[in-house]
Amino acid sequence: MTIRHHIADDLLMSYAAGNLAEGWSLAVATHLSLCAECRHRLAAAEATGGQLLEDAEFAPVAEGAWTTIRARLGTPAEAQTPSQPQTAILPKPLRDYIGGDLDAIRWRPIGTAGAQLRLKTGDRETQVRLLKIPAGQPVPEHGHRGRELTVVLTGAFNDGETLFARGDMEDADEETQHIPTATADADCICLAVTDAPLRFRSWVVRALQPLLGI
Amino acid sequence: MNVDPRPDIDMSALLAKIGRSHDVEDFEVLFRHFAPRVKAYMARTGSPGPAEELMQETMVAVWNKSAMYDPLKGAASTWIFAIARNLRIDAFRREKHPEFDENDPAFQPEAEPAADRRLEGEQSARLVRAALKDLPPDQAEVLRLAFFEDNSQSTIAAALDLPLGTVKSRMRLAFTKLRAALAQTGDLT
Repeated sequence: MTIRHHIADDLLMSYAAGNLAEGWSLAVATHLSLCAECRHRLAAAEATGGQLLEDAEFAPVAEGAWTTIRARLGTPAEAQTPSQPQTAILPKPLRDYIGGDLDAIRWRPIGTAGAQLRLKTGDRETQVRLLKIPAGQPVPEHGHRGRELTVVLTGAFNDGETLFARGDMEDADEETQHIPTATADADCICLAVTDAPLRFRSWVVRALQPLLGI
Repeated sequence: MNVDPRPDIDMSALLAKIGRSHDVEDFEVLFRHFAPRVKAYMARTGSPGPAEELMQETMVAVWNKSAMYDPLKGAASTWIFAIARNLRIDAFRREKHPEFDENDPAFQPEAEPAADRRLEGEQSARLVRAALKDLPPDQAEVLRLAFFEDNSQSTIAAALDLPLGTVKSRMRLAFTKLRAALAQTGDLT
């Protein structure tokens, strides 16, 4: 498996620093599970955090902090590998949100032939969905504002001249005119994270939102 | 406790030893080195109470997970930073930090483990330290604001009164230099 499309520097740095919202972070962690190259880049970014911690000014700890901590030290866990299934298609960060692998998904129809599953995260900034695009079809209901990260999980899609296959991350903004279309040989399942749609208070604006394309 | 009593000790080797033998006295040395730094990292609310608690939580997690620390994957400071970061995200934003798991059957391992990339913890720390020192101050500043003060790139742009693109490009330049420093693993003697 050769990954061709990787995590942008700004995303990787924000993820390492810990200030990337959970939805975007899920796309990053999914790609990292499948891409050794980006894991090396992440190690460099986290090493920056480590060194900044090393260089930090001291914040004096409370009197008796060590005594308190010492009393809390039990027998540490042995290096252990928690139980894992024998095989899996979806990387673990995603399975944790779904509660299982692909076969556990209860797809909801979207458009004429596609399907989706919304995933809930702790942030209010993103909208996270798994999309199933039928072979040869374009992504259904594909309008978005702001940024969109798409990570391919099974199958592949073409966007213009560019092919995205398992593990590849497409990083598009609202200026990118794009029509991802699943390749003809198989359905394409991908993780799609977008900026959360704006919520308008007026029901008139809300009703018009699809027409206005916002 | 304002002075680091053991500034020259190899903390990565020490943490690896704690992981093997769970020696409380070794852990006290590690604690006295890292606890005030972790507390400074946690002190973003300005009130010392939560910072002290989060420092304690971090250091107890370091002890509990010490057997999982592998110095070939990075310095002790990097490993402790990641634990502190995840606790801080949970405490301040109530969000998770999804992470890959090497034991995941869907995990795609490296095609051919590059031996030359496997630096011992303190070797990589030394390279990163040198690279950070060499950064122009404006690049070092955005790194500190992002990693230590926990600001998003758009918050940093607003705080420094800079276009977002400038903040992103400073980050990118700094990151490129740090990666180049870590890739240059040839002669460390």
